[in-house]
Amino acid sequence: MHELEMTVNGESVRASVEPRTTLADFLRDDCGLTGTHLACEHGVCGACTILVDGAAVRSCLMLAVQARGADVTTIEGLSPADGSLNVVQEAFAACHGLQCGFCTPGFVVSVTAFLDQNPSPTDDEIVEGLSGNLCRCTGYQGIVKAVRQAAQANAGNN
Amino acid sequence: MKSAPFEYHAPSSLSDVVSLLAELGDEAKPLAGGQSLIPLLAMRLTRFEHLIDVTGVAELQGIERVNGHVRVGAAVRQSTAEHDATVAAAVPLLARALPHIGHFQIRNRGTVGGSTAHADPSSELPAVALALDAELEVAGPSGARVVGAEHFFQGTWMTALEPDEVLVAIRYPIWSRAGYGFRELARRHGDFAIAGVACAVSLGNNGNVERAAISMFGMGSTPLRGRAAEEALVGEHPGKVDVDSIAEAAVAEMEPTDDIHAPAWYRKRAGARLVTLALTEALEEAGRVDA
Repeated sequence: MHELEMTVNGESVRASVEPRTTLADFLRDDCGLTGTHLACEHGVCGACTILVDGAAVRSCLMLAVQARGADVTTIEGLSPADGSLNVVQEAFAACHGLQCGFCTPGFVVSVTAFLDQNPSPTDDEIVEGLSGNLCRCTGYQGIVKAVRQAAQANAGNN
Repeated sequence: MKSAPFEYHAPSSLSDVVSLLAELGDEAKPLAGGQSLIPLLAMRLTRFEHLIDVTGVAELQGIERVNGHVRVGAAVRQSTAEHDATVAAAVPLLARALPHIGHFQIRNRGTVGGSTAHADPSSELPAVALALDAELEVAGPSGARVVGAEHFFQGTWMTALEPDEVLVAIRYPIWSRAGYGFRELARRHGDFAIAGVACAVSLGNNGNVERAAISMFGMGSTPLRGRAAEEALVGEHPGKVDVDSIAEAAVAEMEPTDDIHAPAWYRKRAGARLVTLALTEALEEAGRVDA
């Protein structure tokens, strides 16, 4: 077992983990943060996307021990504390960017990081930015629309 | 999809990595970004008793321009190299290949050295190293050595690295009066390529092609150079090359196999078209740089 310490959604976490524990399993099972979803567990689907030191990564392809000292943000850490929706979440709801919702946390985290890097993307850039996340319900059109709306909303807020 | 148990080591110096590898031998595997190794472990396609995380080792970090080449530490993240000004200016071929790797979430973790040492036959970075005649710095119990890219890639997932050796850095030569082109064909952006090519041309004092590289991937068990096609290019004026016949000559040297993604004939046909596009881009760029 390895002792580790990291920051998760602004709070310091200490734990003892087996080396093979992925960061995704650690967040879900040890931290109780089940908003990070696991589907393929080998880096294809993007449902488990989280932010590590501000960069979007797949938490199923990272070991918890590799996040020692890191600043981790999950979907739970992206919403305002009062339980309301953030700009990206609101846009997904308004544009039918989700149906069953299983892939949505990964999309919202990816889109947040994507818009951080590229605040006013073209449609081609949006499609490429979304290519690391799979959705089996929507056919993606609503998701692309949601990213467009979120970018506009962010621009209006600045 | 859970890995079998292993022991995790996170040494902070290259000498510690080397002694761990010497002690543990083929029961140990260096772990960098983990974007290929972790899925292989999760699917239990491979298994190691020990993983040695090399991302905290200072000697494997950094991008610097020295003596006619750019040295990229093996554990430099792909996203770091992708946005690095030195790489963009001096090794444009690398900068153009990097965005084709997986998705941005993958490149945030994946490393330049990790992908190169993993040596997947359809991956981008081995082909870039082979195209530019890169030199690979390797460390092991018997000391450091440098391996040329043409000797490094030996087969699917097989390289010149011994089980007790680790890739330290890759030196990409800076080509002068050069132009580059990079193309790949994949079903979706981020998928492994069905076929792809990295092209480089460098012009001599008379303005004609002096040095050329056509390095293809997805066309065999390692990246492959179209050597005869390259020789046919040397001495030609960049504006007067019969690019289509060079492309045909390049794929004629390849021996792709049939698999679930594409039959061999399709890889050759698509590959020739990719060479045409990439080589045209490289020749035009070299002509502009030279003008």
